[in-house]
Amino acid sequence: MTNSTGTNSLRNGPAESGHFGDGLGGRFVAETLMPLLLELDDAYKAAKTDPSFHKELSFYLKDYVGRPSPLWFARRLTEHCGGAKLYMKREELNHTGSHKLNNVMGQILLARRMGRKRIVAETGAGQHGVATATVCALFGMQCVIYMGAVDVERQQPNVFRMKLLGAEVIPVTAGAGTLKDAMNEAMRDWVANVQNTYFLVGTVAGPHPYPAMVRDFQCVIGEETKAQMQEKEGRLPDVIVAAIGGGSNAMGIFHPFLDDPSVRLIGVEATGYGLDSGKTAASIERGSRGVLHGNRTYLLQDENGQITEAHSISAGLDYPGVGPEHSWLHEIGRADYVGATDDEALEAFQLCTRTEGIIPALESAHAIAYATKIAPTLSPETLLVINISGRGDKDIFTVADRLGVKL
Amino acid sequence: MSRIARRFAALKQEGRGALIPYLEACDPDFETSLTLLRAMPEAGADLIEIGMPFSDPSADGPVIQMAARRGLKAGATLPRLFEMVHAFRKNDPDTPVILMGYLNPVEAYGPLRFCEDAARAGIDGLIIVDMPPEEASVMQACAAENGLDIIRLVAPTTDDARLKLVLSHASGFVYYVSITGITGTRSASDADLEAALPRLRAATDLPVAIGFGIRTPEQAAAASRIADGAVVASALLKTLAETLDAEGRATAETLPKVLAQLQELAKAVRG
Ligand SMILES: Cc1ncc(COP(=O)(O)O)c(C=O)c1O
Repeated sequence: MTNSTGTNSLRNGPAESGHFGDGLGGRFVAETLMPLLLELDDAYKAAKTDPSFHKELSFYLKDYVGRPSPLWFARRLTEHCGGAKLYMKREELNHTGSHKLNNVMGQILLARRMGRKRIVAETGAGQHGVATATVCALFGMQCVIYMGAVDVERQQPNVFRMKLLGAEVIPVTAGAGTLKDAMNEAMRDWVANVQNTYFLVGTVAGPHPYPAMVRDFQCVIGEETKAQMQEKEGRLPDVIVAAIGGGSNAMGIFHPFLDDPSVRLIGVEATGYGLDSGKTAASIERGSRGVLHGNRTYLLQDENGQITEAHSISAGLDYPGVGPEHSWLHEIGRADYVGATDDEALEAFQLCTRTEGIIPALESAHAIAYATKIAPTLSPETLLVINISGRGDKDIFTVADRLGVKL
Repeated sequence: MSRIARRFAALKQEGRGALIPYLEACDPDFETSLTLLRAMPEAGADLIEIGMPFSDPSADGPVIQMAARRGLKAGATLPRLFEMVHAFRKNDPDTPVILMGYLNPVEAYGPLRFCEDAARAGIDGLIIVDMPPEEASVMQACAAENGLDIIRLVAPTTDDARLKLVLSHASGFVYYVSITGITGTRSASDADLEAALPRLRAATDLPVAIGFGIRTPEQAAAASRIADGAVVASALLKTLAETLDAEGRATAETLPKVLAQLQELAKAVRG
């Protein structure tokens, strides 16, 4: 988890102040929370350099999460597309069914080191909520999950799962009742319960040190991918494609490759009804710089600086912001940010299921949609990795509904 | 001397603390909030805080969240807010006006243009909740150049080392957030406040106002006695909300009820 590989490395960020590049990231929170963020920063720094912390984390990642996750050569999908050789990084095989547990495992161990007893978290698709509820069950900690009321409706199986795991799920009706509003409510809870509560952020957003810390815990995805590709093909991949909600699965697979300029990094935002439909979650492609949820980053907002509602078929991508490090990678041109619509994701969801026997999360289906779109334009020697961030069991109701099937 | 400093100095002469009521811009509409603003000094406001509505007020409780929503629905923007204060200043050259809100709308407007236009409208100070001193460089210089105070929040979680840093960026007065929590929820006890103040007094000569959780005339009187001022927000906004009709519009009761409550608070503060 030590990322720096020299002074010119792109992996050295953020600065001590939490900023990436020119003023992105940072800590934009009320004074009540500032001392807590500084304390968290210190605690994380101490854990990061403590071999016993890494030993403990490795143990849980292996025996509980089920790492390493395989790198799968998707033969039939490759043949179907014609062109680039398609690999899948199988994060959907992790315990609880997504990459979210990588981060949650790291943060729960940190929360324990800090002596916190009560965990609060926000969730969109419910995958982060389920992962958080899972580790709280594992360690016998109190767990409160904030989830937008709309998301509670469209992700019923995950809501029930969280409750089975002993978490309290609080539906948030403010705003549009999605991830942004759940994030606001989780921050309000934290402010009101600072003495005993740890706020377990689910993506590479929020105030410093969250974006850097969550990234570090997710980097295991990219590190494994690098080693596995070396083993299978004897070289680096050429293209990596990942879906972008807040950006944690993408940052996890991108970051270990930032200093390998031959590797093209592509983040796929959810463009909902279409990039110019006004109903998207494409914060980088259709947003501008602003401050929300503790950091400066690209946001969907109107000309008065009011945050606008995002839209995506996928609850996990339905967020009007993006992690600040992605905004930075966009500004310096190290990663490309593109889009896939609801319909494209639905189609890719079915294609992947039928050709590979893997039901992907609708979030991951956005990455598959873009990868399968460009694959035919690339040579057969091109090695392209798609990050399959989660499995799609949670989405079958949404998909059935869209396909006009009654369950 | 700034309007804020003048007002606190005058109150000190009188031997009492300030009552600082809050209203949200354009809540429930431009005319009503302007009329309320104009009537507040007469009803006992010593300084006035105006909320700048934001879509995502993450440090606020349900009452201010709803007020912000009503304000936005009624078309609150920064130019409308400046227009409101400008109209107020025509008849009231003395009562300090402080804006409270979040950074994003200010950044979208442009920090320099914001400070110039705010000063021109007759605004005296800014409270930007999600802009700690560490992130204030975008505002600090242009606020100072335009004679605007940046009022700093201090919380129970602010330790002594941090207090120094926060106060080194403060002007106008210091806003003591009396509880760890969001607006309009818990209240601190008088004993908590008595215990908290000496630490602040020792660290600054600026006046200290207490906010968050002050609802009743008794609480306002105690806070303004223990410190130099009491901010009352959610309690007034709640009264306002209760007078609205089913569509959220002002009724004949709206102004009288809010102003009557303000008078009660003022009576207690003035002893
Ligand atoms: C399976 C899956 N993939 C992706 C995401 C998006 O989050 P991020 O961009 O942080 O990876 C989510 C969020 O809920 C998810 O559940």
